[in-house]
Amino acid sequence: MNPAPEIATATAAADGMLPEVWRVDRVRRETHDTFTLELGPERPGSERAFEPGQFNMLYVFGVGEVPISISGDPRRRDRVVHTTRAVGRVTNVMSGLKTGGRIGLRGPYGTPWPVAAAQGRDVVLVAGGIGLAPLRPALYAILHRRNDFRNVVLLYGTRSPGDILFRQELERWRARFDLDVHVTVDRGAPSWKGNVGVVTTLVQKAPFDPRNAVAFICGPEVMIRFTAAELQRRGVPLDDVHISMERNMKCGIGLCGHCQLAGVFVCRDGPVFPYSRVADLVTQWEV
Amino acid sequence: MKTLEQLLAEHPFFSGLAPDHLKLFAGCAVTLRVDSGEFLFREGELARSFFVVRHGSIAITSVTPQEGLVTIQTLDEGDILGWSWLLPPYRWHFGARALEPAALISLDATCVRTKCEHDHEFGYEIMRRFAQVMASRLEATHLQLMNVYESRT
Ligand SMILES: Cc1cc2nc3c(=O)[nH]c(=O)nc-3n(C[C@H](O)[C@H](O)[C@H](O)COP(=O)(O)OP(=O)(O)OC[C@H]3O[C@@H](n4cnc5c(N)ncnc54)[C@H](O)[C@@H]3O)c2cc1C
Ligand code: FES
Repeated sequence: MNPAPEIATATAAADGMLPEVWRVDRVRRETHDTFTLELGPERPGSERAFEPGQFNMLYVFGVGEVPISISGDPRRRDRVVHTTRAVGRVTNVMSGLKTGGRIGLRGPYGTPWPVAAAQGRDVVLVAGGIGLAPLRPALYAILHRRNDFRNVVLLYGTRSPGDILFRQELERWRARFDLDVHVTVDRGAPSWKGNVGVVTTLVQKAPFDPRNAVAFICGPEVMIRFTAAELQRRGVPLDDVHISMERNMKCGIGLCGHCQLAGVFVCRDGPVFPYSRVADLVTQWEV
Repeated sequence: MKTLEQLLAEHPFFSGLAPDHLKLFAGCAVTLRVDSGEFLFREGELARSFFVVRHGSIAITSVTPQEGLVTIQTLDEGDILGWSWLLPPYRWHFGARALEPAALISLDATCVRTKCEHDHEFGYEIMRRFAQVMASRLEATHLQLMNVYESRT
């Protein structure tokens, strides 16, 4: 006999809330406060596919659970990569994990960057600070099928040269002739020879056709707002601008209402949204 | 070889400018090349000209007691450099130094100011365009000061 529908739903929800144990296979220090964990499943067969822009709920045993976007290559199913900035209780303890350590993981959750919808068009990726991590899988997917897209531009801003993530990879991307990479910092050390200025200042001169471009923005919401305004000024319709939103989460699967804003569940309906849908919410403080 | 008027007309700052106004500008302009590391001007000096960046990258610099010379902004192709020449006491608030060999057009400040006084329509056009540049630089500076990449919302 099948269980009553409400029981079936409750069981599925409870299953969805149970983290699986994953092993830390590699730890990489990216900057003074940011680190990358490469995770492998403890139980064979737990490998999973994800789409660029999705996140996992990572559980640091005995401390707590936080949503962290996947920052690795979507074609690699045998490992999951997360890049995290240590800002508080959970992420600080997570930053102390060593190779061979264990972490709880459930996911992937959330809406992806609309990479397929960007085919045949220019793609502009704008990242601020840790925001490069959730965008990196989208760039991997685009580069994997580079010929399906027109101009591809990455604009990346950080506070200082020391805060730049994935430096070696950025160098490799910059050396490609089919990718335009522009990095800027708020404050350059005397040895810094690159751009100085906020990332929004790169938008006006970036090589893309605003009438046939799709933009993905990831970073703190103040940065998102000003970048979207610059893109709009350049002529990109806001329906073609997509952003990833961050709100405090508990369940991550649309059950608890913790991430809800004016009827929008960031965990389930997002985190990636067309900017036109959430422009009013981006200015709202969390309650 | 292109005339100064043609070079100015290609630059976004002058786009859509009436031909007679372009001619007035060209009468105050000379082309200029600087080498990497060379200063166009230093903080506190008299602002005798302003610049149109054609190629290359220019650092706007300031001297701080702790760090020495720091770059607060970089400008490149398509940018306009300097507005201290517009308002008394006509002294540079910052320095400007080439980060790589750069090609510019230098506009003589006294020459442009005199033409603004004689032709107010021309003067208004310049002020309007500079106001736009200043507003977007101010917005960018606000964001830099807010430390946007590390804020939560
Ligand atoms: C969908 C989604 C994807 C995310 N992806 C990533 C990711 O890929 N990498 C990553 O590093 N983070 C990511 N985050 C943010 C991450 O979830 C939070 O930083 C984390 O929950 C903080 O938990 P904590 O216990 O360490 O800090 P808490 O103890 O909860 O917070 C401590 C202090 O830090 C502040 N704070 C909390 N979060 C942030 C923040 N993000 N930035 C600045 N200050 C903050 C709080 O206001 C508080 O003052 C994502 C969030 C969401 C919703
Ligand atoms: S985190 Fe529970 S509903 Fe979104």
